[in-house]
Formats: sequence, C-alpha cells, structure tokens
Amino acid sequence: MTTPLLDVRNVTMRFGGIVANRNVSFSVERGEVTALIGPNGAGKTTMFNCITGFYRASEGEILLNGRKGPQNIGSLMTRPVTGGSHLVTRAGIARTFQNIRLFKEMSVVENLLVAQHRVTANNLISGVLRTPGFLRAEREAVDLAYYWLREMNLVDDANRLAGELPYGRQRRLEIARAMCTDPELICLDEPAAGLNPSETRELSAVIQSLCSEHGRTVLVIEHDMGLVMRISQHIVVLDHGEVISDGTSEHVANDPAVVAAYLGVSEEEVSA
Amino acid sequence: METNRLPALFKQALLTFTVSLILFGPISGLVLEGFSFRNELTRAVLLAALVTAGRVGLSLVGMTSIGKKITAKIGGNAAGVTVMTGTEKSPVLILTLLFIAGLSLPLFADKYFLGIAILALIYCLLGLGLNIVVGLAGLLDLGFVAFYAVGAYLLALGAQYLGLGFWGALVLAPLLAGFCGMILAFPVLKMHGDYLAIVTLGFGEIIRLVLNNWLDFTGGPNGAPVPAPTLLGIEFTRTAKQGGVPLHEYFAIPYSADYKFWFIYIVLFLVVCLVIYAVERLRVMPLGRMWEALREDEIACRSLGVNHVFTKLTAFMLGASTGGLAGVFFAVHQGFVNPTSFTFFESALILAIVVLGGLGSTVGVIAAALVLTILPELLRDFAEYRVLVFGVLMVVMMIWKPRGLVRVKRPAFFPSTKEENRNVPLAVKAEAAQ
Repeated sequence: MTTPLLDVRNVTMRFGGIVANRNVSFSVERGEVTALIGPNGAGKTTMFNCITGFYRASEGEILLNGRKGPQNIGSLMTRPVTGGSHLVTRAGIARTFQNIRLFKEMSVVENLLVAQHRVTANNLISGVLRTPGFLRAEREAVDLAYYWLREMNLVDDANRLAGELPYGRQRRLEIARAMCTDPELICLDEPAAGLNPSETRELSAVIQSLCSEHGRTVLVIEHDMGLVMRISQHIVVLDHGEVISDGTSEHVANDPAVVAAYLGVSEEEVSA
Repeated sequence: METNRLPALFKQALLTFTVSLILFGPISGLVLEGFSFRNELTRAVLLAALVTAGRVGLSLVGMTSIGKKITAKIGGNAAGVTVMTGTEKSPVLILTLLFIAGLSLPLFADKYFLGIAILALIYCLLGLGLNIVVGLAGLLDLGFVAFYAVGAYLLALGAQYLGLGFWGALVLAPLLAGFCGMILAFPVLKMHGDYLAIVTLGFGEIIRLVLNNWLDFTGGPNGAPVPAPTLLGIEFTRTAKQGGVPLHEYFAIPYSADYKFWFIYIVLFLVVCLVIYAVERLRVMPLGRMWEALREDEIACRSLGVNHVFTKLTAFMLGASTGGLAGVFFAVHQGFVNPTSFTFFESALILAIVVLGGLGSTVGVIAAALVLTILPELLRDFAEYRVLVFGVLMVVMMIWKPRGLVRVKRPAFFPSTKEENRNVPLAVKAEAAQ
C-alpha cells in the first residue's frame, strides 16, 4: 500500500480572475480519515468540487488509484459525449453536500435505491415484464439499502419521506446514500454542521466505522475541531487557497501557521 | 363562541356585497342606449345580494359539523405526497371490474358517446405520455403536440406514399416519435426549466408550420385522408376498399357504421391499459426512480453517478413515443388529419391535464383527461362559456389543490426475510455501538 488512494498534484482552480486554489498538493491514504480544514473562504469546498468532478481544475491533476487502476479525474469529466461528473462517482468517489441534497419527495429507501442504479437492472423491458433477473436485482438493492439504514440507525424511518426526517437523520441518510454507490473514497462536506453534541458524537462513531469496519477511505471537510482531532489521522489545512500545513493532528495543532490562520495573528508574529 | 362568530360573519357578508357590487355595477347595472346609458342599478344590487346570500349560506354550512368534515377532507391534504404503508389492499378487484366495464362500454354507448370516449382515451394517452416528461422527469414541455402530429401524419402520409396500414403505423409511430424526441432533446437537454420550455414550444410550432406549408408532401391546410383500420384483412367499411372482406359480409350480419368505432375503441382501450401498466411499473423501476430523482435534485443525481443527460433523454423519448401512439388513434378515428388539430392550444390542454391531475400521479392524469374531455361535451349548450368555465376551474384548482386532484403515493419497500435473519447480529452491534 505505497500508492495513496487519491493524489492531488499541483491543482490550481481559477474562476476568471479569482484564484480559489493555488498549487494545492496533498494525498489521501487508503483506509484513513483525512480532514481538510481551514477558515471560511479558504477554498475547501472548491477543492472538494474538483475532486468529486463538479469542477474541472484549471491546472494540475487529480489521480484516483482505485479498483480500476489509476484514473485522472479531470479527463473523466472532459471525455466527449459521455463525460461528466457522474463518471467520477462511477470511478469510486462519492460525496455528500454542505447543504443537504436529498430527494425530499421520495421515500428514504428510494433515495438509497437511486444511488444503486448501477447494480439494479435498468432494462426497460425486463422491468415491465418483471423478469426473475430484474426482481432479484431489485431485492438485492433493497436489502443493501436496509443494510446501510441499519448501519446508520435509520431503519424505523425506511418508508418515510426523506424531507420529513429531522435534520440530523437527513445528514446520516445522505451518508448512507453516498455509501450505496459503493465508493472507495467518500467525501463528506461539513457533515457535522447543524448537529447537536450528541449527534456529533454519533457521527464520529459512524465515520470511524466506515474506515475500520467497511474499509473505506474518508475525506472530510469540517469546522468542528473537536470532531476533526478525534477522528482524523491526517489533516490538510488550507488558507487563501493554499496548503499551509499537512500532517498528523498533533503536528497541525502545534503548527504556528495554522494558529495564525485561525486566530488571525500577523505575519511578523508568526515569523518571530 | 356564537357571539364571536356573528360580527365576523357580518363583516364577511359586507365585504362580499361590496366586492360583488363593484363587479356587477358596471356590467349589469348600466345599459348602453346609443351614446347614452340607462341606469339599472337595482339589478346589480339584486345580483350582489344573491352572491352575498350564497356566501353567507356557505359559511353557515361550513360551521356545522358535517361541513367541517367536508372542508377538512377537501383542504387538509396540503402535504401532497405520502408513502404507502405496504399493508394496502391490492386493488385487483376494482381494476378488473373497471377493465370489464371499460371493455363492454360499446355495448351500452351510442355512437356519439363512443366518439367522446375515444377522444377521452386519446387524451388519456397524451396525458400519460406528457406525465412521464413533466410529472416524472420534471422537464417542462410546451410542444408535446408535435409528437402527436408526428404519429397522426405517419399514418396519413405512410398510407399515401408507402401503403402503411393502421397496425404498421401503430408499431412504427412510437419509434418515429421517439426518434423525433431524441433529435429535439439531445441538443437542448443541458438546458434547464424555462429554456427547455421555450425550445419545445418552438419545436411544436415548427412541426405545425411544416405540415401547413409543405403543400406537395403533406397536403398543407387541406390535410390528408387516413385509411380506415383493418383487422387481419377484415374491413369495417360497407364495401371492401383495401382488398379485404367487410366485417358484416364475413359474419353475415347487417352493416353498421358503428363497428369501426367499436374496433378503434377496443384497441385503444387495450393500448391505454398497457401504457398505464407500463407507466405504473416505471414508477417502481430504477429508470422511473432516476427520473424522479432528477426532478428533485439534479446535482445530487450527478453525485450518485446518474448520467443526467441520457436519463432525461429516455424520459423525453418515452413520452414522445406515447404521444405518437395517441396520434395514430386520433388519425384513424377522424379519418382525416390537418394541421389545425395540432395547435399550441392542444399542448396547453395536455399540460393542463397533467397539472390538474397532479404531477406524477397516473390516476390523477386519467381522471383529469376524462373530466377535461367529457366536460366540454356536457357543456355544449354553453359553448360560448366553455373556455371561461375551463379557466375558472383552473383558478379554483390552483387555489385549493395546487398539487393536483390526486395525491402522489410513494411505494413502500421492505427487506427480504433472508436478509433480515442474516443481519440480526449486525443490528445488535449497531445498537451496542450507540
């Protein structure tokens, strides 16, 4: 396991004249929780959108060393006709959103079934005729959906509308939905935003179990430092679009540049 | 309680009276005579009093216990969408009865009513087709009538140039209409909402204008004749025109012009039933679920690996295919097609069917299609006010039932028992981890 699962090399992202990320490089090791932190406007979500294929990085490349061998995220998106961000998910990167994006008028199970559209039988005719193959695929998909609902402790809400659920459960449902795409790397964008302390504790247990029990790799953006320090083995700190610190939680917590970025200490004091 | 209500009621009555007086005053209170006018204000006051009395009467009924129940039933369902519990009884019996009743309708109905029934079923098909595009996939299509026209003209022109018959057209129309849908949709599906609506509106008009102006090929405004349907060489005309045997000679029964309508009705009814079945299946199939997910949130769909362009394309094509199918039946029923049948008003009517029925609800769309085609026939005596009644109905619906006539119900899913047993330890583990 020498090659990292995700390798971000010298990525720069420009929107017109604004540079959101400048020359960002870091790597995400397999089976670990990597956290991407930084003050507001540091370019964390932009970096996320580059990794998950919603933006095409202006410069640099992002490599995923997944099951299907090394794949370049940027070239997946620009592939002619069939290209697009959906290919990035198919390559093995799933994500959640900062502001929850569930299918609110569909039931909880249906949300998870949509995520499994790669394994269900999508053939029109087999579905209309209810062929055995179609029914088997459907049954397996529903069972997998229930498996993740159990893992996220959501089984009682299985046949409710997703939009009706309380906020904390919607967060967990979004993670369950992302897991149903069977990703190798799951990217969580501020999963603890708006959760109360007990829900946050539950969430950290969930994230840790994703790594330890399910063997997935997690990349997380989070502002809750307590959560970040508790769960992550590797922290990357961004400020003004650049990486200012990269290492273990102890290293990052004691890095004067990080303290300066968060507390707003002037440059002279840092160098002093 | 009672003392509180009385002033409120009085206030409401006064308001109603004033508003209706303002409305009726100029309309019925002043009668023009040449360049001057005559005052007939008593009439206006009388009308306003009548409206007020009606309003007060409604309020009084609403206060009784029965009235309260009714208002709760009509107005209480603001939520719009519910999930089934999985314990609902299967409506097989009702469906079978409806199927038999529908199939035996020609035995009871006269030719006029059968004609209306055929028209209603055609609109059912159109509504179901557009429901896939607008209701399920959430793509606003204002030019749906184009695909209807493609189906109708395929039969008319196919018969004229290629010797295509009813059955051939029935098979080819969905393919051709779907292909047209694909050609239209491929370049425009990256657009959203309003832009897509404008493009489809334009496409609908282009098809109509081409049909209207390409005199040599389509016959232009003069239209094109459509051959009568046949069934395995049996014809429904008095004398055989397409080289078959007339039905009444084949069975040695007296001739009746109704047989043709019987035949069209039964085939159409079966096709509608098949389409309903397919659409209902689609809603619990991965493809249908992806359509609805796209309607809910396109970005989330992309994050789950759904190819949004291709998924929208399938919705557009399947919707268009159903429209083409409806077109064939329309053509064979009329025996003649011309471009005036395919104006924007038709598109608006089909859209109204889908919206009134409740976006995405199959039962609602069928009900709305039946109501909106049968109602104008019942209102033939008030022909001048038809569009007015139609408009009032739309306004009333949008105020009280903005989510359509029928609530959308989502299917429930349960794990197979095998999975339940296997995962008991896991569930326990999850509990323990808490």
